[in-house]
Amino acid sequence: MARLNVNPTRMELSKLKKKLTSARRGHKLLKDKRDELMRQFMILIKENRQLRSEVEAAISEANRYMAVAGSVMQREVLETALMLPKQEVELEVGEKNVMSVYIPEFKTKYRSGDANDIYSYGMAFTSIDLDGAVSALSAILPKMIRLAEVEKACQLMADEIEKTRRRVNALEHIMIPDYEETIKYITMKLSENERSTTTSLMKVKDMVLKESHKYH
Amino acid sequence: MYKAAVIGDSASVSGFAALGLSVFRETEPEKINKLISRLAANDFAVIYITEPAAALVRDTINKYRSSKLPSIVLIPAIEGNTGDGMRALHEAVEKAVGSDILN
Repeated sequence: MARLNVNPTRMELSKLKKKLTSARRGHKLLKDKRDELMRQFMILIKENRQLRSEVEAAISEANRYMAVAGSVMQREVLETALMLPKQEVELEVGEKNVMSVYIPEFKTKYRSGDANDIYSYGMAFTSIDLDGAVSALSAILPKMIRLAEVEKACQLMADEIEKTRRRVNALEHIMIPDYEETIKYITMKLSENERSTTTSLMKVKDMVLKESHKYH
Repeated sequence: MYKAAVIGDSASVSGFAALGLSVFRETEPEKINKLISRLAANDFAVIYITEPAAALVRDTINKYRSSKLPSIVLIPAIEGNTGDGMRALHEAVEKAVGSDILN
């Protein structure tokens, strides 16, 4: 560990002692923050994984329907059927504070009152597989929105945990040992100075005594 | 009011149009890059992007990782699931914990 480059004075010593106390307190607080963030993160990441596999499975299913629909219908007819959506999804974005990480919260709003009002086409000229694809997607939409929320939260929290961990480590392994070593150095230097002053005083006293009493 | 977008090849994303998400059929990297920046600046809170499309613009997506909005989510394309979405999740765990503890 490197000793800090400071003058070995009492002033510096008391300054360093104060710094050491606040570094210790900061270290404890940051460690608590890291632990709590980690706990929340583990809960979220489990939900994230669960949601992701559900969403991926549902979209793959919808895609299978879509592939079949695409093969039995003409491309243009398919596109035309989906061209003018009846439904529109709007999101209200809130904010949640988890250990000073601000994570977004989404609330879904549908333009038409009925969330199931999704078929933008007549049933006559379209394949039933298209209905299957659309309904599969519509069923998973709430989970997709939640996935977007959770995934963002996980990313933001992972960043914050990494940052906090670095800070904790820097305090624990660099700053606190440095302060301790410097404090030790100054204390030793000061007591050494003190001893040196005492000895020189004793020496001077001896000399003065010798002089005044004319000892030989 | 915020909106949600879907980006990818036509076959993979058309279905989302019916749900009322804004659908963008793009498959060229430069266009997707521009599109994402435009959407991010224009009140899009969630962007779903197919895994093959996302693979083309990884840098842009990483750029938005640490900002609060938009949330960019990978979804499987019609050709099948490449596992990129799950991989991103494992990366987040690795970043936070130091090693991948999900199995």
